[in-house]
Amino acid sequence: MEKDQDKILKNVTENEYKYGFVSDIEMDSLPKGLNEEVIRQIWKLKQEPEWMLDFRLKAYRQWQKMVMPQWAHLQIPEIDYQNIIYYATPKKKEGPASLDELDPELIDTFNKLGIPLEEQERLSGVAVDAVIDSQSVKTTFQETLAELGIIFCSMSDAIRDYPDLVKKYLGSVVPYSDNYFAALNSAVFGDGSFAYIPKGIRCPMELSTYFRINLADTGQFERTLIVAEEDSYVSYLEGCTAPMRDENQLHAAIVEIIVMDDAEVKYSTVQNWYPGNKEGKGGIYNFVTKRGICKGNNSKLSWTQVETGSAITWKYPSTILKGDNAIAEFYSVALTNNYQQADTGTKMIHIGKNTRSTIISKGISAGNSNNSYRGLVKVMKKAENARNYSQCDSLLIGDQCGAHTFPYLEVDNKSAVVEHEATTSKIGEDQLFYCNQRGISTEDAIGMIVNGYAREVLNQLPMEFAVEAQKLLQISLEGSVG
Amino acid sequence: MIVVEEKLPKHPDTRILERFDDGTGKNIHPVLDRVRATALKDFKRLGIPAGKNERYRYTAVGKLLDRPFVPLLHPHHRNFKVEEIFRCDIPTLDTLEFTVLNGFFFEEQETLMELPGGVLVGGLRQALKQVPQLAEAYLDNLSNTVNDGLVALNRAMATDGFFMYVPDGMVMDKPVQLVNLVKDDEDIMVQHRSLVILGKDAQAALLICDHALSEQKFISHGLMEVFVGENSAMEITKLQNEHNSMTDLSSLFIRQERNSRVRTNTISLHGGLIRNNLHVILQGEGAENQAYGLFLMDRKQHVDNSVFVDHAAPHCFSNQLYKGVLDDEATGAFDGKILVRPHAQKTEAFQVNKNILLTDHAKMNTKPQLEIYADDVKCTHGATVGQLDEEALFYLRSRGIHEYEARMLLMYAFAHEVIREIKIDPLQDRIHELVDKRLHGELPRCHTCLVDYHK
Repeated sequence: MEKDQDKILKNVTENEYKYGFVSDIEMDSLPKGLNEEVIRQIWKLKQEPEWMLDFRLKAYRQWQKMVMPQWAHLQIPEIDYQNIIYYATPKKKEGPASLDELDPELIDTFNKLGIPLEEQERLSGVAVDAVIDSQSVKTTFQETLAELGIIFCSMSDAIRDYPDLVKKYLGSVVPYSDNYFAALNSAVFGDGSFAYIPKGIRCPMELSTYFRINLADTGQFERTLIVAEEDSYVSYLEGCTAPMRDENQLHAAIVEIIVMDDAEVKYSTVQNWYPGNKEGKGGIYNFVTKRGICKGNNSKLSWTQVETGSAITWKYPSTILKGDNAIAEFYSVALTNNYQQADTGTKMIHIGKNTRSTIISKGISAGNSNNSYRGLVKVMKKAENARNYSQCDSLLIGDQCGAHTFPYLEVDNKSAVVEHEATTSKIGEDQLFYCNQRGISTEDAIGMIVNGYAREVLNQLPMEFAVEAQKLLQISLEGSVG
Repeated sequence: MIVVEEKLPKHPDTRILERFDDGTGKNIHPVLDRVRATALKDFKRLGIPAGKNERYRYTAVGKLLDRPFVPLLHPHHRNFKVEEIFRCDIPTLDTLEFTVLNGFFFEEQETLMELPGGVLVGGLRQALKQVPQLAEAYLDNLSNTVNDGLVALNRAMATDGFFMYVPDGMVMDKPVQLVNLVKDDEDIMVQHRSLVILGKDAQAALLICDHALSEQKFISHGLMEVFVGENSAMEITKLQNEHNSMTDLSSLFIRQERNSRVRTNTISLHGGLIRNNLHVILQGEGAENQAYGLFLMDRKQHVDNSVFVDHAAPHCFSNQLYKGVLDDEATGAFDGKILVRPHAQKTEAFQVNKNILLTDHAKMNTKPQLEIYADDVKCTHGATVGQLDEEALFYLRSRGIHEYEARMLLMYAFAHEVIREIKIDPLQDRIHELVDKRLHGELPRCHTCLVDYHK
């Protein structure tokens, strides 16, 4: 049994990261380092309006005054912020980039990743915005969406074409002074996606952004802004990968979501940045600020995340439940293996009356990794009849890893009902035995059990993603318990 | 004089140090004098825990120390007898009663009291003189001043406290009752430290009552280290019933050896600001710890229970249940942490915190945490904040019970879950009675205390 376990664990740790290739795309990039001049150059290169420069510089000056947060249960090596390329973009020919004009190497890259950039692939029925390093390279299905009045484009385009909308909402949920990484992102963000769903429109297809870090030494700082007007609906997906490299790369993104009266936004992430090798060398530092606001009455925001990648994850998709009767959900599966570290969770801030939030978090730690859930449920004084239910389960695989739970419950209203439950355990030997005696091999049994364990969350994912996520979990976990 | 080699930095907390009088705290006992120097240095570095300190996130201890108060290093001249000012009124409770007044053991005789079976009880200062090898071997083994400003302050200022030693194989038939009294004409700060040592196969019960006997704005911090040997059993019940200007801080450190069992009950009925630190180390295999807490707060009272259970050995069991009812503008906090170290396999650890808010101005913050580094474990924690069950209330009312009475019944039942874990029967009955009175708003304090109660 012991031996089997070792073998199986070895198998898992030797699983290769299949997105670890580097594409040979011609890139333009700024030199390493960060100062006001670099920010001016980014602003210039992106041909942004004057107010954006103000925004960036203000954020940069704020960032200089801040220090890196130390409270997370993470061991973060010193990051040299002057040794990072803050802006890199695939070389672009003049004129609008139609598919034919894209670097074939680039199309290849996305094909390898399984991202349909070609609109002919209508079967997939997903509109994709592909972002490589600091630049959005292609957004598909724009015309179809435009017929409904839906705006789905890169952030750069949005700043150029819809400055009023961007100006109104950018930084309204995550102000530049929010935290260290938010300030850094606000100063240097390259690109990202912008989605605007007008009143009464139900977006007919999944909107999706695919992020890819390609160039060495670059940091990726993307920015996503989603605005769902009254009575609209959208489901948004996000995926990410990066090449295998020995040095660590920084990813500090911001996602802001605004949900108006009766609207609903569903945001799903499958995060698969390069996690580093089995000795813990290399990998992405994923320091992300995601926050949405249920601004209108009866609005709903649902976060689903499958976190399998990144050397270090620091991420807390949060919801401010401002409107009355607002609903927020957070479903998460976080898996860490080898020397990965994750400190992830959510914040639910109840302000409106009759607001409800649900938190389901499933952590899986293997190898020498550490996996923490950190969450806050705050019920403000005015939030009558607020209701929260949180459940955080951790599964431990092997005796070298750690699983931690740090929930905070702050209740300031007597009519609130807030519940938190957490369990930590390993896969039950009785469950394994049960499967074994019915002729199911240990490997398959573990696959089944883990899948069942994460099902509650995976069920929340849109179909295409659910399949991908299930595969991801399987790759990392199949037979990893003996 | 206290040795302060370097100039005090400009730090608000140094005001406390400046208030040390010349000639006090000097030459009390070589051991205490020695640790004082390090403790002072650490305290200067750490200060009083403020809002930034994660463990004190919900309790502003720092503010309390801003106001003037007198630190005590030597007992004041006493012109009264304890029996005149205080008498415990639990009629059927037959205990061995000892008193600590303003942080100093109230001595009836000069030496430690020797009870049948070799049990020693007395003041800490006396113990260091009389049984130095024993006391010094254990003193300061559990608490450290490296990262806790309050412990550092206690070690710098406390010069006496309670001492108890139960030798191997001794089963005490009577509980020991320790009454911590505070009485003075000035706002004083009281710091005392206690040491309790249980040998192998021993058994003891300790009841600790904190009382303030006059209405000044006292600050009291009692630190207690408890060592429980192999196969021993210990029950500690702490009863806090104090007035609203009282700040009652307590730090209880417990180390448990193989197959030992410890049960703590912390019952907080009244108090201006209460902060209870409980730190348990399960050092030997098979050790079992049960920690229970109940707090019933109203007006602007604040209570914060911080529990840290360190599973340092395999096959240990721990369970915490803390319940609270908050009325008026009372605020409560619970900060629990279970740490399971690597190799502490087969650990079973459970933690539950349940709270009821009765008004819109009451507030509860809770933070149950798990930190787990071993895989073959069963750990759960849960926390709830809510109200009384409306359906249960309806059920009772539909059977002709008045709403007020029905609410009382439900709250009583809510509290009962903790009280029933007190295993000394007369004490359990008495606390039931106290809680019942408290819920009805009729409880000033254990009511036969001879001193008038000032609101």
